[in-house]
Amino acid sequence: MHPALLLLTDSRLPAGGHAHSGGAEQAVASGAVHDLPSLSAFLRGRLHTSGRVATAFAAACCAACGAARAAPDAPPGTPPWTGLDAEADARTASPAQRAASRIQGRLLLRVARRVWPAPALDSLALAVPDPHHPVALGAAAHAAGASPGDAALAAAYHAVTGPATAAARLLGLDPVEVHRLLADLAPDLKELASLVSGPETAWAELSAHSAPALDLLAERHARAAVRLFVS
Amino acid sequence: MSAHHDDHHHAPDGHGRALRLGVGGPVGSGKTALVAALCRVLGPSTRLGVVTNDIYTTEDADFLRAAGVLDGERILAVETGCCPHTAIRDDIAANLDAVETLEHRFGPLDLVIVESGGDNLTATFSRGLADRQIFVLDVSGGDKVPRKGGPGVTTADLLVVNKTDLAPMVGADLGVMARDAAAVRGDRPVLFTSIRREPEVAKVAAWVSVQLRAWSERPVSAG
Repeated sequence: MHPALLLLTDSRLPAGGHAHSGGAEQAVASGAVHDLPSLSAFLRGRLHTSGRVATAFAAACCAACGAARAAPDAPPGTPPWTGLDAEADARTASPAQRAASRIQGRLLLRVARRVWPAPALDSLALAVPDPHHPVALGAAAHAAGASPGDAALAAAYHAVTGPATAAARLLGLDPVEVHRLLADLAPDLKELASLVSGPETAWAELSAHSAPALDLLAERHARAAVRLFVS
Repeated sequence: MSAHHDDHHHAPDGHGRALRLGVGGPVGSGKTALVAALCRVLGPSTRLGVVTNDIYTTEDADFLRAAGVLDGERILAVETGCCPHTAIRDDIAANLDAVETLEHRFGPLDLVIVESGGDNLTATFSRGLADRQIFVLDVSGGDKVPRKGGPGVTTADLLVVNKTDLAPMVGADLGVMARDAAAVRGDRPVLFTSIRREPEVAKVAAWVSVQLRAWSERPVSAG
């Protein structure tokens, strides 16, 4: 694991992540998440659906940066950002989730361009100013010197830590117990990161898992009269 | 997503952009009323934008829009995920994004006011978000508040003590507040207001105008 990954996954990274609950706020509001076991199930479900997609895209985008750099005749503007971003878009059914992902992608890209300036980040900002979060995360990981496997691990971790922290705040759960739930997911994080395919993988073969319940929670959240988190 | 968009991230040194003014302070001290008053007074001569940070919903943004002090599209609301101080101090990304969105959409602007969510005495704006900041207290929180200090009271560029009309009713001694504030703030100014009684907030507006002039006339650094 590259040390830069610690910065990319730190909740103190000033990239706006603290204001997103990944559906946890609506899951709490609906009663679906109300204690540690129900939070555990929520996190596991999220990790293996939308988290799995995020993992695949973060790795693919990180790998695409490496591939573009390796090709001496690659035209300016590569990697193929608009195509990769469109693939991520197609796998995100809920417009509210798309918006939440793009906001977080844009804010992460802003931070990454100042912390790890790189041509790949500039080309991403020009091609897609508000990329999906996993796309920005993959590019940022590459700019920071990390590998596609690292990017995948960061994406998997990001998929569960934000919702876990949000649930702890909203329900007043014991934060140590919430961290124990996250620690229990470590083997799952490792497994997801190991599933990442190489840069030659066709985009159509990238993970396309969906979670209709998360889509519905995101849509309901966007219409909620009272909310603390953006998503 | 079409290819090749404008790349409008500003340089961190702040040249070529509006002055960013943070307005912070505890819940109910009069931040939104002050922002509305500044918009009313400065609006005719200043190209303005406003970003609000709400704890719940978009209450403050809705209030400002309903007050009609500024074109509603020039007011953006940021949600803060239970942590209003995080959004203005530690992770300012969403606020910076909102400020830059306003500048991109309506710019050039002279002034963007960022109103924090109501918080406690430790809440201050990052210098990466606000070029100047006003901290708003009210006398009904007790005349001991300036003595208690905290970064908002001690380091804000301007301390506003609002609701002076309530001082006799809550037994607050304005002289004590002025003396204690001066003790912890040194030369930094303190202004006493009653926005309800004097909605034109002339003294605060004059202070902001001085800051605006200084901002527009500051020397451009080489490169």
